[in-house]
Amino acid sequence: MSEVSSSESDSLLRVKGIGKQFPGVRALHDVGLYLKRGEVLAVLGENGAGKSTLMKILAGVQAPDSGDILIDGKPVTIGSVQDAMELGIALIHQELNLATNLSIGANIFLGREPRKFGLIDEAKIAAESRRFLDLVGLKIDPREIVGNLTIGRQQMVEIAKALSIDARVLIMDEPTSSLSSKETESLFEVIKDLRKRGVSIIYISHRLGEVRELADRVTVLRDGENAGDLERAEISHDRMVSLMVGRDLSQFYPHEPHTPGEVALEVKELRSPVHPRHPVSFSIRAGEIVGVAGLVGAGRTEMIETIFGVRTPVGGEVRVAGNPVSITSPRDAIRAGLALAPEDRKQQGLVLEMAVRENLSLASLSRDQRHGFLNLGKETEISEEMIRKMRIKTPSDRQVVRYLSGGNQQKVVLGKWLAMKPKVLLLDEPTRGIDVGAKQEIYALMEELARSGVAILFVSSEMEEVLGMSDRALVMHEGRLTGELSRDELSEEAVMHLATGGSNAAAA
Amino acid sequence: MKRILGILVLFILVYVATAIMASNQGAEFLSGFTQENLLRRVAPIGILGIGVAFVIITGGIDLSLGSMVCLIGVGVAWLLTDVGWSIPVTLVVAFAVSAAIGLFHGALITKLNLPPFVVTLCGLLMYRGITRGFTQDQTAGFGTGFTGLRQLSKGEIPVPFVEGFQLPVPFVLMLVVGVIAAIFLNKTVAGRHLMALGNNEEAARLSGVRTKALTILAYVICSVLAGLGGLLHILDVGLEQPATAGNFFELFAIAAAVLGGCSLRGGTGTIAGVIIGTALIQLLRQMITIVFPRQQSMEYLMIGAVLLIGVIADELVRRAVAKRRASRNA
Repeated sequence: MSEVSSSESDSLLRVKGIGKQFPGVRALHDVGLYLKRGEVLAVLGENGAGKSTLMKILAGVQAPDSGDILIDGKPVTIGSVQDAMELGIALIHQELNLATNLSIGANIFLGREPRKFGLIDEAKIAAESRRFLDLVGLKIDPREIVGNLTIGRQQMVEIAKALSIDARVLIMDEPTSSLSSKETESLFEVIKDLRKRGVSIIYISHRLGEVRELADRVTVLRDGENAGDLERAEISHDRMVSLMVGRDLSQFYPHEPHTPGEVALEVKELRSPVHPRHPVSFSIRAGEIVGVAGLVGAGRTEMIETIFGVRTPVGGEVRVAGNPVSITSPRDAIRAGLALAPEDRKQQGLVLEMAVRENLSLASLSRDQRHGFLNLGKETEISEEMIRKMRIKTPSDRQVVRYLSGGNQQKVVLGKWLAMKPKVLLLDEPTRGIDVGAKQEIYALMEELARSGVAILFVSSEMEEVLGMSDRALVMHEGRLTGELSRDELSEEAVMHLATGGSNAAAA
Repeated sequence: MKRILGILVLFILVYVATAIMASNQGAEFLSGFTQENLLRRVAPIGILGIGVAFVIITGGIDLSLGSMVCLIGVGVAWLLTDVGWSIPVTLVVAFAVSAAIGLFHGALITKLNLPPFVVTLCGLLMYRGITRGFTQDQTAGFGTGFTGLRQLSKGEIPVPFVEGFQLPVPFVLMLVVGVIAAIFLNKTVAGRHLMALGNNEEAARLSGVRTKALTILAYVICSVLAGLGGLLHILDVGLEQPATAGNFFELFAIAAAVLGGCSLRGGTGTIAGVIIGTALIQLLRQMITIVFPRQQSMEYLMIGAVLLIGVIADELVRRAVAKRRASRNA
């Protein structure tokens, strides 16, 4: 399988005219790309641009509605993950798919265990596994249990597994999102080595610095369509961003300077149970938008969850509008005037099987109750107001939230909190996984709220969003607040410096 | 209404079929007496089903119901006759014990994060064991006494302008419990919060819902209603053996709740559905007695088969609806 001469066809994999429709969303429209033998192709795009859908189609997880996939110039149908594997395509998911209770070897050969007299041939598994582990530079015993490995090493096991099925095309979806910088370096070594051996890699990442270092070519998607390609010599930060966003950044982010009012939220020496050794202190004024930047795992979500009482703080003080408050549950936080739109919309933000109106009113039911009974008139009022104000696209307020698009679901989450008229709005990745149009609406809404005097603290992993929307930015690294940058000091370099553990030279 | 339509249709079909088969065999079914008996038997399981519906809506389960019926039912008879306590004291103790057991279940499940299945399975074993212990495995019963109290199960309320049929008191009690439960679930903030937490506990908690307190409340409601069901059961049958009283009641009640549209994944369920589900199960049992008197050993097979058919039909309908919705949205 793997012995294909490069003269047979220049591109190993070619994709043409792919279309894919989901209920209410056109995920992909006439998308194409090609991949040569032994190259690293970076596929870029904002959240919701269609990268993941395209990769799932290539890996056989989803079927396209239209379009052709050619391997070595021959059209193929990829109907299942099994088909993709036989064609030599392996997808390494952002969340790793390993059985953490089994050994490395058992994971590599899961589902195709070599047998001897009907029993699993452990000796062969160990020997074979060792060969593939060598390829990814892992010098560990294949009998080790996967759960005992660091995330970085688990990822190497995934790659070894892909190589063991003779993968010629390796798709990596945000492989560095949970790696330390050291682990990232060794991953890059492995990728470069694989490229030399003729393996082709599709690399998906939001980190443009990584793309500059690794990619031979870049293909950019925007709103489910091809936005443009860049050859090696053309790859630069600005060109990648302008292709991804499709317009000038200053137009995309509606940011205007705000005149901050009184201090709305003050956090003093707050210690989260996850990072108890790193007390965090900062304050936000009414009408201010403060971004929180940092790498995945920097403790940003944990910090705002601790402020909101999702996690119980192990020390420190929180003041809302000058008054000290004791917050040990979300209920306390809501009473104090805080609101949190969590990171995982479906798991934490919404009751998916309930109607739009029931979700919109969920946080205000207790406030609006009449002797314990529901105030349905008030509920109608809230849901009509929020559907109008947030421009939530839904056939009616009785529509089950599951059937709305990601952007509209996020608007329902925000609408639920706006109905409470919070003093402080905490947003965790407010635009993750929603399309560009809805994103802009959410930015506009953040602006409007800030103008009306709400203090907004938002966590974002999208550098452009932090740079575009913040009056001020906090940067975290491994649980510590490593610095604070004013609007004037904000730059990708300054944020990355602090996010990777550098000290804050600019902060006062 | 849409959600209970399926079970309602199924009930009517079985009812009509039973009536036809009974009349073909010359057996008594449509008589006032048989109908009264049917309604009377719906009551205890129906009340249990309403209780367990609350727990199922939170995504939990209560397997201890049958043993609760045994504990409270046999316990009440034992306290009144063998120990000689007064009726008011006995009833207060019975309901206090029921509520305490619910609190115990709820606390273990929410505070220690134990799985509801395991906690209530242990309850199933323990409460029957306790009952067999304090009665020394002797039958407890009322004999000819306590006719006043037994009116709660034996009594009948005349229906105006209807001859030969009277409404059994326990059935009316069940309807009252059902109406209160339905109002609680659909019209109160706590009921809405319960539905929300059954669907997505994390999202409900982040929206300020007191998820633990409400889950505990659901188990307390369930156990108290199990106590009421046990009381009505013993008052109806008059005497019971600790080793067998209430056997399988938990399974009938859970089956009724599932037939009535409660998803074991939590978050859905209607009280009307549970009551019709119970009626269907008791109707099936009666049908077997009347129509197939020589195949009574097949009772469980019949009930199991109908439950399975109901659940399969429900799933198929759900898929068809989801498919239609998806194609409409595309």
